[in-house]
Amino acid sequence: MTSYQNDIEITPKLVADHGLKPDEFAKIVALIGRQPTYTELGIFSAMWNEHCSYKSSKKWLRTLPTTGPRVIQGPGENAGVVDIGDGQAVVFKMESHNHPSFIEPYQGAGTGMGGILRDVFTMGARPVAAMNALRFGSPDHEKTRHLVSGVVSGIGGYGNAFGVPTVGGEVEFDERYNGNILVNAFAAGLADTDKIFYSKAEGVGLPVVYLGAKTGRDGVGGATMASAEFGDDIEEKRPTVQVGDPFTEKRLLEACLELMATGAVIAIQDMGAAGLTCSAVEMGAKGDLGIELDLDKVPVREIEMTPYEMMLSESQERMLMVLHPEKEPEARAVFVKWELDFATVGYTTDDLRFRVKWQGVEVANLPIKDLGDEAPEYDRPWTEPRLPAALAASDVPQMDVADALLKLMGGHQVASRRWVYEQYDTLIQGNSVQRPGGDAGVIRVEGHATKGLAFSSDVTPRYCEADPYEGGKQAVAECWRNLTATGAEPLAATDNLNFGNPERPEIMGQLVHAIKGIGEACLALDFPIVSGNVSLYNETNGRGILPTPTIGGVGLLPDWSKMARIGFAGASQVILLVGAPANRGTHLGQSIYLRDLFDRRDGTAPHVDLAHEKRTGDFVRKLIRSGIVTACHDLSDGGLGVGLAEMAVASGIGATVVDINDHDPILQYFGEDQGRYLVTVNLDPQGEELTALWKEAEALGIFAPWIGNTGGANLVLGDARAVPVAALKAAHEGWFPSYMDGKAA
Amino acid sequence: MKSAVIVFPGLNRDRDMIAALTKVSGTAPATVWHQDADIPDVDLIVIPGGFSYGDYLRCGAIAARSPIMDKVRAHAERGGKVLGVCNGFQILIEAGLLPGALMRNMSLKFVCREVKLEVVNADTDFTRGYTKGEVFRCPVAHHDGNYFTDGDTLNRLEGDGRVAFRYAEGTNPNGSMNDIAGIFNEQKNVLGLMPHPENLIEAAHGGDDGRALFSGLLGQAA
Repeated sequence: MTSYQNDIEITPKLVADHGLKPDEFAKIVALIGRQPTYTELGIFSAMWNEHCSYKSSKKWLRTLPTTGPRVIQGPGENAGVVDIGDGQAVVFKMESHNHPSFIEPYQGAGTGMGGILRDVFTMGARPVAAMNALRFGSPDHEKTRHLVSGVVSGIGGYGNAFGVPTVGGEVEFDERYNGNILVNAFAAGLADTDKIFYSKAEGVGLPVVYLGAKTGRDGVGGATMASAEFGDDIEEKRPTVQVGDPFTEKRLLEACLELMATGAVIAIQDMGAAGLTCSAVEMGAKGDLGIELDLDKVPVREIEMTPYEMMLSESQERMLMVLHPEKEPEARAVFVKWELDFATVGYTTDDLRFRVKWQGVEVANLPIKDLGDEAPEYDRPWTEPRLPAALAASDVPQMDVADALLKLMGGHQVASRRWVYEQYDTLIQGNSVQRPGGDAGVIRVEGHATKGLAFSSDVTPRYCEADPYEGGKQAVAECWRNLTATGAEPLAATDNLNFGNPERPEIMGQLVHAIKGIGEACLALDFPIVSGNVSLYNETNGRGILPTPTIGGVGLLPDWSKMARIGFAGASQVILLVGAPANRGTHLGQSIYLRDLFDRRDGTAPHVDLAHEKRTGDFVRKLIRSGIVTACHDLSDGGLGVGLAEMAVASGIGATVVDINDHDPILQYFGEDQGRYLVTVNLDPQGEELTALWKEAEALGIFAPWIGNTGGANLVLGDARAVPVAALKAAHEGWFPSYMDGKAA
Repeated sequence: MKSAVIVFPGLNRDRDMIAALTKVSGTAPATVWHQDADIPDVDLIVIPGGFSYGDYLRCGAIAARSPIMDKVRAHAERGGKVLGVCNGFQILIEAGLLPGALMRNMSLKFVCREVKLEVVNADTDFTRGYTKGEVFRCPVAHHDGNYFTDGDTLNRLEGDGRVAFRYAEGTNPNGSMNDIAGIFNEQKNVLGLMPHPENLIEAAHGGDDGRALFSGLLGQAA
């Protein structure tokens, strides 16, 4: 028998080492009426840390719109579930793996991918699409290349072997992520609406079954680590990063789906953060049942593991299920076939206690509901964000328009992400009808003749830093816009809120305001949040990241063959700027023109007029679906100039745009006003159809000026010198490979 | 033509391959689990792509030593057709059904993109849907597709018409010798190739350049 001291003295230092505050510990003692054992302390720390309990954000998350006619399951389960008609549902979520990815980029990012995939197939859905939103430090920071390379190969290594296509994502660089990168992984799956599986256990005395990989010591304390700031001792945290095994995950997927088809599964929960503890407690607490676990039955791959380690291990590729006892032999056969562990490790009980036995001794006996429901919830003090002053009207730093365009296209913000996405399998499953590089990724829905799903992930952290409220709105609006630009109807979204230390009032203020902005935008755009994740304490040595509320959205296309793409479709087509202000572009504050060409991070964030956004998007979608749109692209970083250049580069076809008089071309081409789309149509500019289109737009209060025509080998922006599309392409494709080859940022 | 797809744990383009075979021939192939005792009586055995056993050893090495591979070998020896794509190609090489080795890509990175393939020998059951010298589009998605062999074998492959496809127009994604993308065995009843023709057979894939491989092979009109 291993010596294991369960009844040790719980010192204030031990409490602090578990990330628990003295008042939180006092609450534990009051709840259970005695000092916790060592195992119990570990269990509480796992359940009550920020990552699992959302204790700082819960109050504000509750304000988000989470329901809608298509929403089958909102936040609170492993993933959100949305009805896409014909008895099918899309199941999706986004989750961060920031801290582990900074400490050990390959395994950190890979297991982030593994975790989100498991969240999706736990619900009975086969994963069909993935995205990832990555944010790294400044390109010239010494660690950045190493982190980019490790994270990208880690995501590829896991996702490619698992067999899910990556259809989109984001990569951004900013010095504010130097010591704390962001890795937000998104996955979506397809399921039949009548075959969704949940984590709520039902029935007393039923077997709790452990499935998948064996338990090791990896990741012990991971969730607690993820809920603390980084200091200089970061390298010491490497052992808390888990190691991924996509081969096992792939087998686990197939085994789970086969098992679910047998009708044996009552409840299922994947072992993610805080592993066995969190999954067992959630299944029991949700079903108003107790759970009794016998740790001697847990398959382990290391010797002499203590109950503390088993309860807190974050070994990957594991599941917990409650099964119909009469189906157990059938269920076991499925797992034997896939050569995975299958062990009955406990039973459901009727006394609402969470009991853990080990070597015949009870090492934990806690009230199961209190572990989750009684987790501390904070109304942390917060301050109003201080907003930057608006730029003076005369403050328009000048640069040659063609030079500026080439620099932006070949700069780290806009340059093609091909170097990244070619390391991901983007076409496995054979359904990727729009691969990375456009506004949104699109897959066709297997089992349906025409239906498609669009996916996009968005946030503009520099806007959020300047104005968390407008930035929160903009993240939602841009995601909605990107889906719309393919012709999809945006259905619902998942949010991954990445912020600094919430115990600092100014950071809490960012979180509160961003959530307010997100909520308002989701409401105005009929785009509910159905799942999500909060990652706080993204700081190193007291300096927080840019506030980064990533929004992952899903849209539905009734007929994917009618979707729009960003590349110009031919020459001599009319280019419309739909949703434009009178002067096409006006807002230079917080633009990449200022930031990347003049090293200025000032001005206000652009305002999002949500009513106008909705009208414009609905109008553009209608145009696309009517079949007259030949290409469509939303405007974001770099404004009209970059938007046109991206459409030209995607097709190899140039365009000529006519300036408007008496308006600064810099504002016109590089302003980042919101709610704008570039749309091309193959219509006679003097013809009736276009006149009818303008009439309709005018009636809706949407300005959709004809700004130029496609064609030729150059992009001509007004009076600026003609820029060959080939030169734009070279700049656009050049930055990433050259940077990763070690050339200057 | 009747076909069967062998599935090892960790393969993940089995569904893509089954879909392609079904769509082109109108009949679903038999699916054979690696632990099955026998392969049904078919004309064509296909080993699809993926990461069999996680590719934790050399790619394809573990699957190649699986008992079912004895049946595949016997089928090939009887003159039956065998097609291995991507991990399937790696497995056929590891099983000794095809010569050479597939090393890590020259870039050391996984690569998923579209390349151009030139049909080097159109005079086989596998390639009769194409014409000699024809260049067609085809996607690749692999980490270890850098074909290598010794000089004598290379000469034999080239001299005996055993190079099926070559990466064309400077699109070699992995640094393979002589731009080799796919090769035959001596009897030309076994073909292994790295690219994924099964992912380019219909409008939703953005083209159907890969279809002729299946239609030619399965004896259907393209």
